[in-house]
Amino acid sequence: MPISLEVNGERVDAQVLPRQNLADFLREHLQLTGTHVGCEHGVCGACTVRVNGDIVRSCLMLAVQTHNASVETIEGLSDSGEIVDLQAAFRDRNALQCGFCTPGMLMAAQDLLQLEPEPDRDRIREHLSGNYCRCTGYQAIIDAIETTARSRMGRNA
Amino acid sequence: MSAASVKPEALSVLDRPNSYIGKTVPRPNLERLMQGRGLYVSDMELPRMAHVVFLRSPHAHAKIINIDADAAKRSKGVVAVVTGNELAAVITPWVGVLSHLKGLKSAPQSAVAIDRVCWQGEAVAAIVATSRAVAEDAAEIVAVEYEELEAVTDMRTALDPATPVIHPPLGDNLAFERNFDAGAVDQAFAESDEVIEADFIFGRHTGVTLEPRAVVADWNTAEARLTIYQGTQAPHMVQNLAALHLGLEEAQVRVVCKDVGGSFGIKVHIYADEMATYALAKLLRRPIKFVADRVESFNTDIHARDHRCKGKIGVKRDGTITAFEIDDLTGIGPYSMYPRTSAIEANQVVNLIGGPYVSKNYRARARVVFQNKNVMCQYRAVGHPIACSVTEGLVDLAAMKIGMDPVEIRRRNLIPDNGYPCAAPSGLRFELLSHHASLNKLIAMMDYDALRAEQAALRQKNIHRGIGIASFIEVTNPSAAFYGVGGAKISSQDGVAVRMDATGAIICQTSITEQGQGSESLTAQIVGSVLGVSMQRVRVFLGDTDNTPYGGGTWASRGAGIGGEAALQAAKILRKNILEVAAVILQSSPAELDIANNSIVNASDGASRIPLNELARIVYFRPDTLPPGIQPELMATRHFVPRDYPFAFTNGVQASWLEVDTDTGFIKLLKHWVVEDCGTIINPQLVDEQIRGGVVQGLGAALFEKCIYDERGQLTNANMADYLVPMSGEMPDIDVGHVVSPTSETELGAKGAGEAGTAGAAAAVANAVNDALRPFGATITEIPLTPQVVLTALGRI
Repeated sequence: MPISLEVNGERVDAQVLPRQNLADFLREHLQLTGTHVGCEHGVCGACTVRVNGDIVRSCLMLAVQTHNASVETIEGLSDSGEIVDLQAAFRDRNALQCGFCTPGMLMAAQDLLQLEPEPDRDRIREHLSGNYCRCTGYQAIIDAIETTARSRMGRNA
Repeated sequence: MSAASVKPEALSVLDRPNSYIGKTVPRPNLERLMQGRGLYVSDMELPRMAHVVFLRSPHAHAKIINIDADAAKRSKGVVAVVTGNELAAVITPWVGVLSHLKGLKSAPQSAVAIDRVCWQGEAVAAIVATSRAVAEDAAEIVAVEYEELEAVTDMRTALDPATPVIHPPLGDNLAFERNFDAGAVDQAFAESDEVIEADFIFGRHTGVTLEPRAVVADWNTAEARLTIYQGTQAPHMVQNLAALHLGLEEAQVRVVCKDVGGSFGIKVHIYADEMATYALAKLLRRPIKFVADRVESFNTDIHARDHRCKGKIGVKRDGTITAFEIDDLTGIGPYSMYPRTSAIEANQVVNLIGGPYVSKNYRARARVVFQNKNVMCQYRAVGHPIACSVTEGLVDLAAMKIGMDPVEIRRRNLIPDNGYPCAAPSGLRFELLSHHASLNKLIAMMDYDALRAEQAALRQKNIHRGIGIASFIEVTNPSAAFYGVGGAKISSQDGVAVRMDATGAIICQTSITEQGQGSESLTAQIVGSVLGVSMQRVRVFLGDTDNTPYGGGTWASRGAGIGGEAALQAAKILRKNILEVAAVILQSSPAELDIANNSIVNASDGASRIPLNELARIVYFRPDTLPPGIQPELMATRHFVPRDYPFAFTNGVQASWLEVDTDTGFIKLLKHWVVEDCGTIINPQLVDEQIRGGVVQGLGAALFEKCIYDERGQLTNANMADYLVPMSGEMPDIDVGHVVSPTSETELGAKGAGEAGTAGAAAAVANAVNDALRPFGATITEIPLTPQVVLTALGRI
């Protein structure tokens, strides 16, 4: 099926099979491999991307459903500089080890910070409860997001 | 000490100005991972690459009567359907035994099953197609006729005469047995005031790396060379085994390891489907990619910890522990895993029980039996969580029996900090540990007395909180004693090559590997510190058998201690060589010079003499200006392997503070503390994060994680929704403290830290739960501590 959409601000026209999910479309058609596939059934959160401003599990959405939509991936958020402070906080706090969950974590974290500028630690933990991390134990991730929230509010961490 | 006052050769890396040792600096490789620009094997594509999907047995034990793949072979996009017999023409079977584990036996295992399947999930055919989706479609129309055989699933009856023998040529289902007896155990129990026994049960669980196992194998028939891209912890081990079983020379195999999406010991083995993928590339003369899906991961990634351990402890009224005794039983699936074997975990349990304590009276039996379940093998902190949970569980039961505080009984029995060197009850030697200093620090960090007061006050309000303490020891920096002595070609040494390029930048090649621990960072920190070069000018290459020195890789908490020491020694040689050239150029002597901030400086006053980039320019482009006979050597390589001690033991202690809801059985973790001693700390943040991550994996085992098999050997929760792992909302904040007892076996002094967290977390939680349940007279010695287990113990269900 033909689809036409915007990915990271660029127009994309493609022919896709009806059964192809968005994660595979991004990874295999567009070589945007920053979107990771961990479970293929919507549990682990590694494939989290933004569609029309909302975060979704790209393994649970079909590529054809993104016809006329705007899709943003970790590569897009990185290049636009939208999350440069969040990434810096992750780096400074070593909030990633193997890094496989990280694109999805950053997507979920940025989503929270857009919805709620000053979430407390419990709220951060709750919002990330759909994103698996097997390396860090989560604490460093929570710290990095909390730091980013505070600095965005104009205060020092 | 100031650098200016002493000869550079006399300086330790620890006290140089601008040293990165002991400093928190960001890992150099984080940016690409955060921007989605990493390169995991699952991201890779090669020209003409085909994808393999394995058709896997739905039965735990069955004969393969017939495989009809005709329709699948005719499907559009299918390249080949290959059975076990067909693949056997390219790759030989293997047997997972090591000679130092006396009596260990196993049966030959093939890359794809031949004639019989021995666990649910064993591959029976490989379907190769132009895409994974096409291969999956074709797999659905391969018809396999099975004749089901009786499945051996319960380890407790695996050795009964009435139970079928899984591999008849082996005679029975006993893979390995070890008996150990030291001191005077019977006499010690007889002289004890109390003897307490308990049965400890550990759920079978698995690693759940977020990136599944993945491999791309590329056979170039013109070069007669196989390139294997694999997320592995041990590239040279993979090279050796792929060559061995494909009938190639090692030089014909290159293993490349880029970014790895989690390992935790899961990716330190060689799996049958990986072997099959190498063989398919050779058979089909094109690149073949295998990426396990999540169901396959649960059914084929090694499982671990499925142990039932009877424990016994003797204690006197004054708190003196008189003896430990255990009888451990574990079921490992139908084969001993290759090449590290599936007897190591039980062997470690025997080695580690009672390890922190003075008592030398110790008896152990460990039996390892075959079953028709997925294979079990080494996963993070091999054997440690079992040994620690049994030991610390028994110590707490003893304390409870004699009415002594859990901290006090440990103070009275832990090996004194001035008692080293000494040996564990099992005979393993300790160079220098710090149990008492660690316990004292932990007690201060958690404010133990205040917490006890809070606990007592809350009990009045029917809120049941508990405190659990667990001391532990950890095996790190393994020498050849681990695998080499048993005949496995798994290197215990590591090598680092360091060179200065023509711009004065430093390039390092190391045989240790990176899966997120910070191997790249710690190597750059050490090399930068020794050389006086900023980390930004140090590039580290790892994970490529063609382009790194030969070595073991990263596992068993060995990267920093062994690979780090090799980096230090190589950098020292390069530093010496640089200073010799500098002395010639500056008409000075090496002793009068130092390197700092990317420049040759005066040792006396630190004044800059010549930048390294200028020195490099002269060496590489104007050697004609150097005096005759001077041949600068701006590259150095050193290897290191521990020789004095088979293992550099570390130690530590953990504490858990939690609340048990006695109506629902739910456990809420409130806080967790760890004090550990890994010797010299290269990067405090990386060590702390290793500890935290390790703790959370241990907490997963304590509360959630379990591979649930039914009596027919069917894994019933092989997906992420049903197999629970720790999520951010359930995990507590974890405070980490350190005591530093460097190993004197190396100049660096670093020991490992990768497994300390996992070693003691479950024991601390189980002890805390029992502490919380004390008013109810309930004791639980089983993990995971699910609500069902808690409510059963409380007699509520």
